[in-house]
Amino acid sequence: MSFKNWLYALSAAAALTLPAVHGAQAQEESIYVPLFTYRTGPFAGSGTPIANGMHDYLTLLNERDGGIGGVKLVVEECETGYDTKKGLECYESVKPKKPVIVNPWSTGITLPLIPKAAVDKIPVLSMAYGLSASAKGDTFPWIFNPPATYWDGFTQILQYIATQEGGGIDKLKGKKIGYIYLDASFGREPLPLIEQLSKELGFEAKLYPVAAADMQNQSSQWLSVRRDKPDYMILYGWGALNATAVKEAVKTNYPMEKFISIWWPSEDDAKGAGDGAKGFKTLNWHAVGADFPLLADIQKHVVDAGKSQVSSKDKVGQVLYNRGIYNSMLIAEAIRKAQEITGKKAVTGEDVRRGLEGLNIDEARLKEIGLEGFTGAVKLSCADHNGHFSTFVQSWNGTTYEKVSDYIAPMSDKVGPLLDADAKAYAEKNAPWPARAEACDAS
Amino acid sequence: MLYNIFIDPFVQMAQMPDLLVQTLWEGLVSGVLYALIALGFVLIFKASGVFNFAQGIMVVFSALTLVGFYDKFSAAGFSGHVAAFVALILTAAVMFVLAMLVERVVLRPLVNQPDIILFMATFGITYVLIGFGEMVFGGDPKQMIASELYLPSGSVDVEMLGGLVSFQKIDIAAAVIASVMIVGLALFFQKTRIGRALRAVADSHKAALSVGISLNQIWVIVWFAAGLVALVTGIMWGARSDVSFALEIVALKALPVLVLGGLTSVPGAIVGGLIIGIGEKLGEFYWGPLLGGGIESWFAYAIALLFLLYRPQGLFGDKIIERI
Repeated sequence: MSFKNWLYALSAAAALTLPAVHGAQAQEESIYVPLFTYRTGPFAGSGTPIANGMHDYLTLLNERDGGIGGVKLVVEECETGYDTKKGLECYESVKPKKPVIVNPWSTGITLPLIPKAAVDKIPVLSMAYGLSASAKGDTFPWIFNPPATYWDGFTQILQYIATQEGGGIDKLKGKKIGYIYLDASFGREPLPLIEQLSKELGFEAKLYPVAAADMQNQSSQWLSVRRDKPDYMILYGWGALNATAVKEAVKTNYPMEKFISIWWPSEDDAKGAGDGAKGFKTLNWHAVGADFPLLADIQKHVVDAGKSQVSSKDKVGQVLYNRGIYNSMLIAEAIRKAQEITGKKAVTGEDVRRGLEGLNIDEARLKEIGLEGFTGAVKLSCADHNGHFSTFVQSWNGTTYEKVSDYIAPMSDKVGPLLDADAKAYAEKNAPWPARAEACDAS
Repeated sequence: MLYNIFIDPFVQMAQMPDLLVQTLWEGLVSGVLYALIALGFVLIFKASGVFNFAQGIMVVFSALTLVGFYDKFSAAGFSGHVAAFVALILTAAVMFVLAMLVERVVLRPLVNQPDIILFMATFGITYVLIGFGEMVFGGDPKQMIASELYLPSGSVDVEMLGGLVSFQKIDIAAAVIASVMIVGLALFFQKTRIGRALRAVADSHKAALSVGISLNQIWVIVWFAAGLVALVTGIMWGARSDVSFALEIVALKALPVLVLGGLTSVPGAIVGGLIIGIGEKLGEFYWGPLLGGGIESWFAYAIALLFLLYRPQGLFGDKIIERI
């Protein structure tokens, strides 16, 4: 090879290498946070406001604070359509970019990621969804599902029903409780608990599964409700299932004050049924509305600046938008904690897992964030990746949801042993399930 | 077990006849609406031999366009019945433009290509409409402007057979409007010159061309008709739930109807829709609890396949005998 050719080769190599070096430096100075979202498809009605809330919070941190700890966040959405197959494709596509956390936003997508998380060293945040037993940090060191599991939620609803009946949990004896649910991993998750508790507490459970293809066609299920006459109805729905269920309940003249949902219905789900939906209830653990300094900042730095995808300003502060805010608060605080523990700026997935285990968002920290009074304190540990926090019941008044109960703690005495047994059964079923090797930082 | 399958459901029917009537009514309403969706598929298949995979998203797109136009009028200070009907006319115009675009951009360049290519092209139309719809209207669910379109609300409760049977006014309206539309389309097919041309195209493209029928014109008309069917379907299903991309999967309910009624028969779509609608409601209500519930989605296919065992050509299809 002549000198001239060597020179060309060297120049070409330099040209190819330099961007790679810059890329590596850029990567080192940023934190990659993929968001699995669904803005299209049958579940977009629920997915879109959550995606907006999640994205807007992280955008605010970049725009207002320059990221977290001086490191910019690289936020990227991957559209799953609430489809497990697409969700797994999203996971494989983001994996090479070294994400510090993944948020599947689907119980169906979360379940196959559980065994992958430990291998790929990417923590999974399935916020109040996914496998309830993954709260057990000793068995599932890479999975986090605060602030409450679907099992916790079910027992919180049962306790609310008992108080409505004028007493303790023994008041459920002899009652007939209907459970209408999306016939998918999410809706089936509480079934073992329902079977167990119906025997222990003496209530009769009537199950009304709704296939995804029939979400908007629930007349058969509600005819069965009319025949069975359950004393209370519990809803675990998602997407168009919730709106249709509320409409069908109104149509069937089911008493709305006895229709209680897990924490997923939105304002739109109740609004469509008109005045008849007044009194419809759901669980929640955070405020509704935009009257918080953090949300004012989002309005100013993100929405008004045209960096949000919300269709109108009044969407900021709605239930599922605020749910997305809560989710991103957990992500951001876990990254911050990881930086604090490791002393590094550009943290990795392994660091953020430690950050999640050390998560301690107390009232003072909520005030600093600009979310004072928005929600309760959150503290996780190596053993408890959920916290099993209290929730409250909110009721639809025709315009918005109003808090109508005190905070209700889950029935830990009932759920705890079942979670232990389920975690153990999961490990045995997936043997050889690795014993926890990750050290515990939390004090 | 045998008692639960063969005796108990009929005992329940006799003991609670009011619930039987209610179930039959719900099945009838669903059946008419399924027939409407199936009709969208049948129209396009008859005229172009294409199974239109995009029919479901056309339901979503038309409903979102209608609500979208109305929202724009409301934002500009015009709301109420007049705005709703202007939005309806504009949406019909959009569906006409869509039909022209499909003919010009998709069908015309693919003429004489194998059917499977045209079928795959309808996948393309589906994803373009999903993306375009999401970009323009967003993923938020919207409320159908039912009252603005003079669609009734509330119910008519009738005491009968020792109980109360509730007929939702919106369901009565849906059944009437869908029936009128189905009868209108059937007459259009049978009695008008364009209808005869459509049937000629369905029989043979080449023969139709040889007698001077414009294939392009027929395709535009038939896709426009399917667009209008999609619009009515979107309004009716949207009023029963909400207007969102979830409406797309409602179109799946037409598949067992098509299995039963055939892809080329308008009466097949109607009778098939009614059999599937009533059959699945009775199945879910009386036999569903034996299987843990939620059997409706596959029970419809079971009914269709059971019929095909005895009548493989479908309800109104001709028995095809090929001599070799």
